[in-house]
Amino acid sequence: MVHSALVASASRRATAAVRSSAWLRTSSAVSGLAPQARALHASTLCNQEVETPQPTSLSNFTDEELMLKEAVANFSNSVVKPKVTEMDEAEQVDPAVLQGLFDQGLMGVETPVEFEGAGASFTSAILVIEELSKVDPSVSVICDVQNTLVGTLVRKYATKELKAKYLPQLATSKVGCFGLSEAGSGSDAFALKTRAEKRGDSYILNGSKMWITNSKESDIFLIFANVDPSKGYKGITCFVVEKSMGVEIAKKETKLGIRASSTCALNFDGVEVPASNVLGEVGQGYKYAIEILNEGRVGIAAQMIGLAQGAFDYTLPYLFQRRQFGRDIGTFQGMQFQYAQIATELEAARLMTYNAARLKEEGRPFIKEAAMAKLYASQVAERASSRCIEWLGGVGFTREVPVEKFYRDCKIGAIYEGTSNIQLQTIAKILANQYKP
Amino acid sequence: MSSLRVLVGCKRVIDYAVKIRVNAAQTAVETAGVKHSMNPFDEIAVEEAVRLRERATKDSKLPKVDEIIAVSCGPTKAQETLRTALAMGADRAIHVEVDDKVALQPLAVAKLFQAVVQKENPNLVILGKQAIDDDAGQTGQMLAGLLNWPQTTFASEVGVAQDGAMQVSREIDGGLETLSTKVPAVVTTDLRLNEPRYASLPNIMKAKKKPLAKMTPEQLGVDITPRLETLKVIDPPKRQGGKKVESVDELIDKLKNEAGVL
Repeated sequence: MVHSALVASASRRATAAVRSSAWLRTSSAVSGLAPQARALHASTLCNQEVETPQPTSLSNFTDEELMLKEAVANFSNSVVKPKVTEMDEAEQVDPAVLQGLFDQGLMGVETPVEFEGAGASFTSAILVIEELSKVDPSVSVICDVQNTLVGTLVRKYATKELKAKYLPQLATSKVGCFGLSEAGSGSDAFALKTRAEKRGDSYILNGSKMWITNSKESDIFLIFANVDPSKGYKGITCFVVEKSMGVEIAKKETKLGIRASSTCALNFDGVEVPASNVLGEVGQGYKYAIEILNEGRVGIAAQMIGLAQGAFDYTLPYLFQRRQFGRDIGTFQGMQFQYAQIATELEAARLMTYNAARLKEEGRPFIKEAAMAKLYASQVAERASSRCIEWLGGVGFTREVPVEKFYRDCKIGAIYEGTSNIQLQTIAKILANQYKP
Repeated sequence: MSSLRVLVGCKRVIDYAVKIRVNAAQTAVETAGVKHSMNPFDEIAVEEAVRLRERATKDSKLPKVDEIIAVSCGPTKAQETLRTALAMGADRAIHVEVDDKVALQPLAVAKLFQAVVQKENPNLVILGKQAIDDDAGQTGQMLAGLLNWPQTTFASEVGVAQDGAMQVSREIDGGLETLSTKVPAVVTTDLRLNEPRYASLPNIMKAKKKPLAKMTPEQLGVDITPRLETLKVIDPPKRQGGKKVESVDELIDKLKNEAGVL
């Protein structure tokens, strides 16, 4: 009896050690136990009657989504987690982590199976980003950009030939990046100055890009350039540029947070790109950029709620271990009200994010909801990670625990893929249109 | 023998990371609202079956794996566990549905597996050496007995040759013991046999298209009535904190009279 109990507990511990080096237990692991498939079809014709799907809560996921969530949580805890500090300090993603993302099929979540992707839903991509971010928001953004920006752009607008060529590479082996921002054009994206001049069957690209996420590891660059500045933003065109065509990766930024994700300046000095590598239509680039960023925002919201949850899950157990004045600090009302407040805000941000994702999946308007989700999730992430440091006290301020990293990582959420001010402007514009007589 | 048909067992258990609590009635541990997953030793079994297949695709001298069938006995939720096995690489799954309220004991499970084996004709059955919920560690041995097949338990390495000859290593106190036998056989997995893979997203998506058949103990003609009765389930005694003693005499006194070790 005793022996078998010992063996069992030893193997259980050993198994636990193999699968994860437990410093973080996600509370979400216990939730989502109702795996009824969410009805995604707006209507189903049956005997001439329209069947209305039963509305379900936002905590409902398909079986595949739940399995995926768990698989990604396992991957993050066993492969990513041991490298988090090292990658942050080296300001570089570990090649094994990057390869793991490809091997697990996390770089082509929505890419159709015929192009070697997983053919999964948009919400699946959102869940992947959220789960990764609970452990490392830097790794999360690498995956986010690859899926919600680069993959989606190619999938939605590229020709059959470009899709057949690039989608399998993006899903299985090559990192891509999204090149829109420039030194003089951030929020005012359409003021971009990079030029593309038609010469024969090619375009010649000249100019430079800045703050391009993933660019150091990238082989495939989606670059926005103007083919005819006299047409203003209607000259903006998107090109699929390969590194080998002559992209120069210039200065790599050193950053406050998400340091394992590379952010570089890019130079284009007479880079020749075949005309067949125009993504979609000439002069439509501005439209694609706006549309893709609308979706991308849901991804950033997911990154932010994952980050907040990661900080929260790390910190809360401490509140019931740390004793001051003879009791667990988590039992003081002053603490209780703080963590209850943060948990509530986090729940709200999560529901907003999931709702925006489902709206997008259902083909309904989601721009306002996506902007709200990103805006609010980034605010909640900042409050949650800041509070978590305070709750941990002195130790939270040190690099002994990963919470200060979450705090540094959260700040980017208010900046990239549309600053908080741009989100507010987007929301305000939609509201104004709705209410103005 | 030229190829293998492998049957693997997949039990749905409380996740290894969950803190186990005894229910209020002291009849069992609390399972409601608790995260469940595949028994870790069964994950190792699935992984081993998939690796046998992968090794054979690289080495033509090894027997091909024609089919990997994952089997789980338990409530409807056991299907989630089977989907995980399918996502890891099993080809199809069989769910023997047993109501949650019925205590399924090792002999009943072994008999259910015996019936499934007779129906499906595998020539290799790989099971976890034990499940981490009840830690009985009996099903594999009982199944081998019922089938009258050889058994190699607690395997840390499994090799099968083209002619069906098997070499199985197991960790024993003094080192490694290697057994040789022949398929058909029952193998139970130990912890260091392999490190199970995580299901990749594309494979999770493919898993939903793989067949999952449902059976009942009645259809298999197996009586699953429990033979053992659980009288009471209680928490292990709480650990007491340490005490400081003033003198050596007091220490000796406590060791003698309180701890009873001297």
